[in-house]
Order: sequence, then structure tokens, then C-alpha cells
Amino acid sequence: MSAEYAIELRNVIFTYNKSLPSATRALDDVSLTVKSGGITGLIGHTGSGKSTLVQLLNGLLKPDSGTVLLDGIDIWAEPKKIREVRFKAGLVMQYPEYQLFAETVAEDIAFGPKNMGLFGEELEKRVREAASFSGLGEDLLEKSPFDLSGGQKRRVALAGVIAMNPKILILDEPAAGLDPAGRRDILGGIKRFSRESGTTVLIVSHSMEDMAMYCDDVIVMAHAKILMHRPTAEVFSRADELSAVGLDVPLITRVAAALQRNGVDIGLDVYTVDYAVGKLKERLAEKP
Amino acid sequence: MKSDIIFGQYVEGDSLIHRLDPRIKIVAAFLYIVVIFLAKSATAFALLTLSAVFFVLLTRIPPRMILRAMKPLVFIIVFTAVINLFFMTGEHLLFQFGFVKIYREGLVNAFLIVLRILLLIVATSVFLTYTTTPIALTDALEQLLSPLKHLHVPVHEFSMMMTIALRFIPTLIDETQKIINAQTARGADFTSGGLIRRGKALIPILIPLFISAFRRADELATAMECRCYTGGEGRTRMNTLKSEPEDWAFLCSIVVLGAAVVLLNRLFPLVTIAM
Repeated sequence: MSAEYAIELRNVIFTYNKSLPSATRALDDVSLTVKSGGITGLIGHTGSGKSTLVQLLNGLLKPDSGTVLLDGIDIWAEPKKIREVRFKAGLVMQYPEYQLFAETVAEDIAFGPKNMGLFGEELEKRVREAASFSGLGEDLLEKSPFDLSGGQKRRVALAGVIAMNPKILILDEPAAGLDPAGRRDILGGIKRFSRESGTTVLIVSHSMEDMAMYCDDVIVMAHAKILMHRPTAEVFSRADELSAVGLDVPLITRVAAALQRNGVDIGLDVYTVDYAVGKLKERLAEKP
Repeated sequence: MKSDIIFGQYVEGDSLIHRLDPRIKIVAAFLYIVVIFLAKSATAFALLTLSAVFFVLLTRIPPRMILRAMKPLVFIIVFTAVINLFFMTGEHLLFQFGFVKIYREGLVNAFLIVLRILLLIVATSVFLTYTTTPIALTDALEQLLSPLKHLHVPVHEFSMMMTIALRFIPTLIDETQKIINAQTARGADFTSGGLIRRGKALIPILIPLFISAFRRADELATAMECRCYTGGEGRTRMNTLKSEPEDWAFLCSIVVLGAAVVLLNRLFPLVTIAM
């Protein structure tokens, strides 16, 4: 029996520094559901609660009240088994390249699966598959992770989590600090991975463009609450609501709005450059 | 994690003691400690206790914070008291249970030694840690020790090392927490297993942490060089320490206190400590 939702939060409240005067409520009665198999984006201004939410999903943090469910199961039902939750919901943190420690790339990738109890053939297979999913050549497996470039290190860290075969993959700003080509590589790779393996993916990001290009639906957070959770196109059609909480729409959407104001109407549901180019070509073909 | 460590225990404030020149405070703390050890008679101790209370009030720090400074030493205090109470012999036997004997001398000694320890705690916390920022302390130390430069002691370098170390402690604590989170998210287990197993489990934390520390050190060195840092020679400071009359007055008061203690020791040797 598979549950209705891959991820579900019910009335979750979480406070930092509970006993100190500087206590802040990072999540204020948050409820949300994420269906399995797609790529969901999570955006919000700094301090909106994104990182907290993400750490609650794999049990790094425990909610003050409310329930966290993965595949319909309360992850805190058996607190002693919380470690297993982390194999189910793989979390790749920000700038994950700083967590590499092993002597070879293969060993570092194997860390997660080893903690799950895998060894021998199965372990090797997982490592090789994860490396390939992550865009790492076989020749890199025996190298020291510290000899790699920043982008390659990040792929190693990503492979390390993919190797656990999690049903849910959560990534906190996976493209942070990368150049446009690097961003395309990593996010493209994640999208391919999700489609091929059916893994539910949750991407936290600040980039509207990335959300528009890679996510099926988007959760918008503001001030410790969920503002909205809708399909991508619907989220970006609400520019006013987004700017009210310090967010924006993709640049190309603003260009489309400006074009419309100046008499060239290609519609406002424009979120990617490719789509805009296509529409403009149509428009230009129409003109006498 | 950062919230657990209020580093250096510095308590913000604007009292007289907060505003004293940190160099004077270091010397004053040192002198005060000497005076505490000079005290022998109960009257001297009474005077010292009064002075301690006076200083605590001057800082306007809530007394419970001072009590908190005593917490880590509770064991030593109790241990010392017990040793003196039960194992010191003298002339006046007070109680006897079986072969456990408590003498008046033991009781008095226990009391005075405990008092001495408490006074020492007050001296260091009130003069130094609670009312002086760690940076001010390292600055003051650098200046106080600067005459040693003539003996080729690298005073400036030590001070710079301490300042940088202090500045990076919160940063490294945050980094450690992030690394722990990242490895925990991959199923790392730091709580189970014997000593060796737990020791090995620390490798995925220590290695990234060391690498991170080296990387930061490298970046900091480059940044400092880019801003023309070449060591302590000819280097000036933005906040120069200037001693005001009240600083010297404070120092003198400690010296006077010391003189008073010596006098009281001689003139009113009511009950004396045997150590």
C-alpha cells in the first residue's frame, strides 16, 4: 500500500533557542503535502523557514508539535529508529563539497550505503551507479576528493546521497555558487535522475529561473508559514503576492510584462527564455 | 550550538569596572589575588569579603551570574571543606562520632579556605571575564607584555594569534554543527559503540573541519597581506588604551586594601588560617 503523499507535514511548529530570550519561531503551524515522483521547488526569503523545514523532513530536527510523515508514516513514531529515516529522505545540504573526508571518491560515496549496512558487490554497484547518475567519470573514483574541482566535489557529495537510494531527495540550494553552465549541469542532472528513478525531489532555491525551468510545482514560504503551493506556472503568475514577501518572478517574465506594456503581447505566462523566444518568433511571423 | 556557549562569559554593561582600562584590570586582578593569599586572620577575611561584595555591586552584574561562575568549582570546594573538617586536628574538639573527630580549628580552617576560593573566583570573574571582552584582554596583555619584545619574545604574534583564534571560535563551532548535520544526514552514528568505534566515527567530522580551518587560515592570511599586514613593526591601533585617573585610583585602592589586610593580620589575629 503506498501512501497518498511522499511528504506530509501536519501543523508543525518549531522554535529555535526555546529557553533563551532570543527564541524565534521558525515554523508556525505549517502543513503541506507533496505527491511522489515529481520535482517540487521551495522558495522563500531568508529567514522564512526553508532550511528548518528541510531539516525536519529527515529528522535532523524534531518539531515542537505536529507530525512529519514520509510515505504516510510518522517519522518520530519510533524515535530510536530515526536514523533509518535519513536513508529514506536523503538530504544534500548547502555547499556539500565541504563535507568530503574520505581517501578516495569511491569511499566517500560509499559512506552512506555503508551506514545502511551494505557491503561487497552491492555496495560497489551502488557507488558506480550513483557516480554515473551524478555525472562523474569512472576515472575519478579512485582519486582523492581533494584533488577535484569545486563542481566535481559537489557531484561527489550529491552521489554520496544518491547512493543511499532514497525515495525522497532533498537538495538545499544545489546550484549555489556555480556558474551558469555548472547550474545547468547539476540541475539538469537532478531532473534526469528524478525522471529515470521516480524519486520525489524537493529543491530549495533562491533562483526563480531555476524553479521555472526545473520544477513541476512550487511551495512559497514567508515568515515561518506557507504562503502558497501551486504548479509552477500558477505561482509565477502572482507577481504581486510574491513581491509582497520579498520574492520576484523570473527575469523573462518581467520582460514579457514590459513587452506587453509596450504593445508587444506574448502573454504573461512566460517563465523560460526558450518559451519566450518561441512566442516572439510566432509573433514576428504574424506581423505583416 | 552557538547558543549554548556565551563565549568568554562577557556580560554587557556600563559600570565603573566595565569602563576601566583592561591593562589596569589585569594588574589589579593579579594584585587582588596576592592580597587574598596574604589574608590570615578572620578580620582580614571579613574586610576582603566586604571588598568583594562592594566590587560585585559596582559591576551591577546580577549576583546569580557570579554564583554561576562558582558552579564548576563546587566539587573542589566541597572536597577541600571535607578534608579540612574531618582531617585537621587541633586543641578544641567539637564533635565526635565514633572515630570521626571534628575540631574547632578544622571547622574554622574549612570555612576560611572555602571563603578564599570563593574570593578568588570573584576576583577573576568580576575583574576579568565578566567585565572585559576577550579582545580587550588580549589587547591589554599584548601591551603589558610588550617590554618583553626586547628579549625577542614574539609578543605581537602571540596576541594576534589569540585574537584570531577567539574570533574564529564561533565560526568553527557553526561549521562543526554543519558538518555533523551533513554526516548525520548520511546515516553517521556518533552515539553508539565502544570508545574505539566512537573515535572512528569522528573522522568524518574532524577531517572536513581541519581542511576548513586550513582553508580559512589561508584566505585570512591572503586578505591580511592584501591590506599590507607585515607583522607588528610600526603598527598602530584604532582604539588606543588610555588610562584615566580613575584607573590608577582603583589600582591604589587594591594596594591600600593589601596594606589593611597585612595590618589586620598583625593587630587582630583573632582566628587564623593554618595555611
